[in-house]
Amino acid sequence: MATKKMALIATKGTLDMAYPPFILASTAAALGWDVQIFFTFYGLQLLRKSLDSIKISPLANPAMPMPVPMPVFVQMLPGMESMATMMMKDKMKKKGVASLQELRDICLESDVKFVACQMTVDLFDFQNSEFIDGIEYGGAATFMKFAGESDVCLFI
Amino acid sequence: MEFNKEFDASGLACPLPIVKTKKALKDMTPGEVLRVISTDPGSVCDMAAFAEQTGNALLEQGSENSKFVFYLKKA
Repeated sequence: MATKKMALIATKGTLDMAYPPFILASTAAALGWDVQIFFTFYGLQLLRKSLDSIKISPLANPAMPMPVPMPVFVQMLPGMESMATMMMKDKMKKKGVASLQELRDICLESDVKFVACQMTVDLFDFQNSEFIDGIEYGGAATFMKFAGESDVCLFI
Repeated sequence: MEFNKEFDASGLACPLPIVKTKKALKDMTPGEVLRVISTDPGSVCDMAAFAEQTGNALLEQGSENSKFVFYLKKA
């Protein structure tokens, strides 16, 4: 049986949206799949050496369950984002959900290939030294090459 | 059922039970049996899907002390 392939595009840099690409990639790798993730725009945040700055915001996120109802003007106050992030991480830990760092490490250990979008790296003036080692830099053509041969292809 | 190694995934949420089961199987030899314990209800479907896709046979599954138990034979 030919090895299955999955190609993902990760475009978001918030805590909630960072999970799907890493969960799918680590799982597919455990199933023996070849996996490549193309990180572009805000998804580049997921390649930074430290993932500590990845946050979740209740603002403009009305579906996020809150312990108490919170009007939008309160959600705007300084520190609310950090507080929401802290509470979410705490809840995740209690429920046995892996940290982003752990999932990313599993992806790297299991040979998931990370590709950073060169155009958005330049757009946001990132330095390659800000990102983890072992990643590749490329553009849409690089992604299409792998995506064209993939069995599963998702834009996240 | 007899087994060669046990992995306790109690308390872990998706995708850790599967990802770590894969890791536990890594240093086993083909034919050996791994016993996995899990508390994640999603792992019932996930373990069957893992077995089917990786060729590691799911010999038996059930529950013990309100936990899920799986026996996988390394391919």
